[in-house]
Amino acid sequence: MLKFVLKRVVYMLVTLLIIITVTFFMMHSIPGDPLASMARNLPEQTRQNYYAKYGLDKPKGEQYLIFMKNLITKGDLGESIRYPGRRVTDTLMTNSVVSGTTGGLALILGIIIGVTLGIVAALNKNRWPDYVVMIIAIMGITVPVFVLGALLQYFFTVQLRVLPTTGWGRLENLVLPVIVLSFNTIATYARYVKSNMLEVMNQDYILTAEAKGVTPINVIKSHVLRNAFLPCITILGGQIASIFTGSFIVEKIFGIPGLGFYYISSINDRDYTMIIGTTVFFGALFVVAQLVIDVVYGILDPRMRIKAKD
Amino acid sequence: MEKILEVKDLHVSFNTYAGKVRAVRGVGFELNKGESLAFVGESGCGKTVTAKSVLRLLKPPFAVIEEGSQILYKGQDVVHMDKKALSNYRGAEVSMIFQDPMTSLNPTMKVGRQIMESLQIHKKLDKKAAMEEAIHLLKLVNIPSPETRVNNYPHEMSGGMRQRVMIAIALACDPSVLIADEPTTALDVTIQAQIMDLLKELKEKLGTAIILVTHDLGVVANFADRVQVMYAGQVLERGTAREIFYDGRHPYTWALLSSVPKLAKESKQELYALKGTPPDLILPLNHCPFAARCEHCMSICKEQHPPETALSDTHKVSCWLQHPDAPNVTAFSGKEARS
Repeated sequence: MLKFVLKRVVYMLVTLLIIITVTFFMMHSIPGDPLASMARNLPEQTRQNYYAKYGLDKPKGEQYLIFMKNLITKGDLGESIRYPGRRVTDTLMTNSVVSGTTGGLALILGIIIGVTLGIVAALNKNRWPDYVVMIIAIMGITVPVFVLGALLQYFFTVQLRVLPTTGWGRLENLVLPVIVLSFNTIATYARYVKSNMLEVMNQDYILTAEAKGVTPINVIKSHVLRNAFLPCITILGGQIASIFTGSFIVEKIFGIPGLGFYYISSINDRDYTMIIGTTVFFGALFVVAQLVIDVVYGILDPRMRIKAKD
Repeated sequence: MEKILEVKDLHVSFNTYAGKVRAVRGVGFELNKGESLAFVGESGCGKTVTAKSVLRLLKPPFAVIEEGSQILYKGQDVVHMDKKALSNYRGAEVSMIFQDPMTSLNPTMKVGRQIMESLQIHKKLDKKAAMEEAIHLLKLVNIPSPETRVNNYPHEMSGGMRQRVMIAIALACDPSVLIADEPTTALDVTIQAQIMDLLKELKEKLGTAIILVTHDLGVVANFADRVQVMYAGQVLERGTAREIFYDGRHPYTWALLSSVPKLAKESKQELYALKGTPPDLILPLNHCPFAARCEHCMSICKEQHPPETALSDTHKVSCWLQHPDAPNVTAFSGKEARS
């Protein structure tokens, strides 16, 4: 097991290195640079000094080496070029906590409701509870978050006047964004759990359990659920990573100071340090989440343990 | 002989998009204590459906045991059992092993726990006692080092071992009847023989009656006391193994026996294959189901259903050839006509 984890950590680092390198050279190949608009009207000498301050006058390869050296030795992602004085790592830490809180709550809520609905739908296949759940699921996937967000804001703040429209810092600010963010998760899990359960319920070993005299409730509890949940863990990996990076749209609608905003704005501003900072952050979260998922999978599914030994 | 299981006029239908498939059409049989009975027939003849019906394992509303069907276990009506009675009956009184041991065990549960499960349900054993019993059962089905094997997951075992585990599960609560649904089909030949020997040994040791569902006549010959030949959801011929193998009277029985490959007498013998396909079970069938494929088909065969003629106490056949006015046809003349 330890060998497996170590091996995966090495792979992880290689993956990250590739992500950073590709991002670095790709962002430099976008036309324009972070200082272009500000430095346009400056005298030649001042302009050159300006570029030199950020090291942007150096060749690309050298810039890359300096960046990597700082990242590896000091864990330093540099300073935002668009917002001078703001360290990229600080922005990531502060804002990802905000995104993580909303996203995390939404994910937990979404999984609880989604899994429950999925189980209800599977046990009542082709009866009305199943149809209701599937309608909810289809809506959750097709209705865009900005429509749902605006609708909820209208009902709860304009009509009922019980919740704030936007803002951050109080508990009631969390309610609407969490509901909006969880809607998609509910839909995903409801559908996934339902189809997995139906698949497992058709397996031969369920027949074996029934032939043993296990009661229907216990067949579900001790034979169906575990086997049906296993594949769901796989989709959890990507979701865990993305809760910290936040949703640009939802954060915009509800005025949440999360990380989602920086993803989009940093690219528009050609804020090199910020672009690579957010990318490294998401990349790292993603590969770590995948590793955790793989380890958890190994613990829950005995069939994976053998493979893990190799 | 003590009669423990009695099935009368069993009708089972499947509701499909194409229509109602009447898979079992009036099957009846009796099973005595400690006896082995084999259901023989080609795929789709209703043998597995009949076997599963005995445990009520078919899933309504898709599969329905029709009104009027009777399944009596020691006098108890199985068809109308409620959930609780059914759960007490399954596994404890009648249990079943399935065709494919690779998929019949829960992949995420240790085999020991899977055996313990039925012990805990029916014998109300506590965990420790159930564990000891599970080890004992694994020993009974000849699994080496059962103490460590109880902690294995199914994927850590071979197909033959998994089928042994299935047998251990099925026999855990000393059922009176064990239904073995093609228990060796998915295994290779040497393992097949081992599993059949094991079943035979356990049957004698524990006195369990066995219903063997198979299309392998070789297996039947060595194993079964009585045989019933099934076709299109009906029993065409029934009798002791001797009567069926040496004195089979139904043309379908002859066809089944001739399609078994023989160890070469000549180097280039061709394997006999019965032509045609079984009737569509969605359609009504008011005459002999085998008429369309029968070499000795007469006009009456396509008009009326033949009655069951008793040739001895045990040997019964449903065929118009048994009618006094029918021509005298034997298995031998049938074979000659073929070659």
